[in-house]
Amino acid sequence: MTGNASGRPARYGLRSVALLYLAALLLAPITVALIKTFDDGVGEVITQITKPDAIHALKLSLLTVIIAVPLNTIFGIAAAHVMVRTNFRFKWAVGALIDMPFAVSPVVIGLALILVYGTGGWFGGDLAAWGIQVIFSTPGIVMAVVFVSLPFVAREVIPVMQEIGTDQETAAETLGAGPWQTFRSITLPAIRWGVTYGVVLTTARALGEFGAVTVVSGNISGETQTLPLYVSKQFETFNSVGAYSASLILAILALGTLLTMNLLRRKED
Amino acid sequence: MVTYLSLIVLIPLAAITAKAFSDGPGHFWDAVSQPQSVAALKLTVICSLVVVLINAVMGTLIAWVLVRDEFPGKGIVNSVIDLPFALPTIVASLTLLTLYGNDSPIGIHAAYTKYAVIIALLFVTLPFVVRAVQPLLLSLDRDMESAAESLGAGKLRIFTRIIFPNLLPGIAAGVALAFARALGEFGALVLISGNVPYKTEAASVFIRGQIESDNVVGAAAVSVVLLAISMVMLAFVNLVQKWGLRHDR
Repeated sequence: MTGNASGRPARYGLRSVALLYLAALLLAPITVALIKTFDDGVGEVITQITKPDAIHALKLSLLTVIIAVPLNTIFGIAAAHVMVRTNFRFKWAVGALIDMPFAVSPVVIGLALILVYGTGGWFGGDLAAWGIQVIFSTPGIVMAVVFVSLPFVAREVIPVMQEIGTDQETAAETLGAGPWQTFRSITLPAIRWGVTYGVVLTTARALGEFGAVTVVSGNISGETQTLPLYVSKQFETFNSVGAYSASLILAILALGTLLTMNLLRRKED
Repeated sequence: MVTYLSLIVLIPLAAITAKAFSDGPGHFWDAVSQPQSVAALKLTVICSLVVVLINAVMGTLIAWVLVRDEFPGKGIVNSVIDLPFALPTIVASLTLLTLYGNDSPIGIHAAYTKYAVIIALLFVTLPFVVRAVQPLLLSLDRDMESAAESLGAGKLRIFTRIIFPNLLPGIAAGVALAFARALGEFGALVLISGNVPYKTEAASVFIRGQIESDNVVGAAAVSVVLLAISMVMLAFVNLVQKWGLRHDR
């Protein structure tokens, strides 16, 4: 940096503004909420998070993650391959469709799923005849979570695939490797950090999704309630300790996500 | 892949558009132009614009400090930027309510006002501009700045003529993503905005209300308007990225 006298106060000024802004927006609210969580002591927090409805909500949230993350990982790698390595008409439209979930309000996503898979929806009647209930039930919640977290892996892998190019893949094929072998021993190792980063983002989004799940789930305690829905229900029914305690679980999971993201970013460098 | 994309994304979005126009375009327009829809859409667009403007300035500033400044704990600050992406929105809403709500320990009572909507949206959109500008700043050639300085350009001039034009594609992309996110945000608003019709009810909250009171056509109509604005935003991001790539060469 230029070490002249006029640069120094400006630098401290900018630094203070940035740090104050982050403190007011992130650090202060989280600290205060954390203190408030333990207002009635650690025992009360443990009582709250071991309630059957809370545990059921946590299990349902984890179930959605276990289903949505592998689906969107496989889809994301396939989509990245198609978008980077192939050419076809209307490719831009497919690309726009992959990005869509980022641009659509979660509430709109929920409504859209109801209109297709709900009773009276496009496929809802047929599905009901087969004895499958999607909306106000676990499949609907899973679909909502899959929809909102769909682009993350594809978005992370596309730039990596563009950067590695095709030289090594072509070389492997010339040496007689089949497509699957080429993918496993050349492509996959090259994109693995991109995939992992995408998986972490997908997991975070799937765990935290609220808007889309609210609309499709019916929010029935002990049945179709994920952990974020449980938080809002506890708050609305004036059990604020319950809301803060369940939030603490979600925040700890978020912290884990954040740490993983940072480890991965360091590895990439 | 195409089947998956169709079942999950395309068909549901088509269904919502079909529903919005199911009673004819006249009914669609009635649903969109009724006062409560207009108020909700207006609030959402205005708050999102304010939020995006603040993000453009603060996001660039934070990215600048993270790239060009050195201070103890910088690594931690850098990691914390992603927190809004990792933290569930309902938890964000609850934590913001604790500090800026009616029981605020610092005496700021922003809950159930437009300011609450803005604070919540600022929280969830924080990373977009920072993360879009940071790589551009890192790859910015410092020789240009030194050259300008040795030719006698002042700090402000160097910023407006050299640094800012180079960061603009990143700022624009970050702003567009943040705007799309702000338009559709729901979880972060539910607890803190109070959802008062005509005052603090955002478009997504309004849509949810219409679904619950069984006015599905009305909900779909407003959804289509939101969808249209978001699609324009996405197209804009793509344009900006293409434009940025052309400038790289």
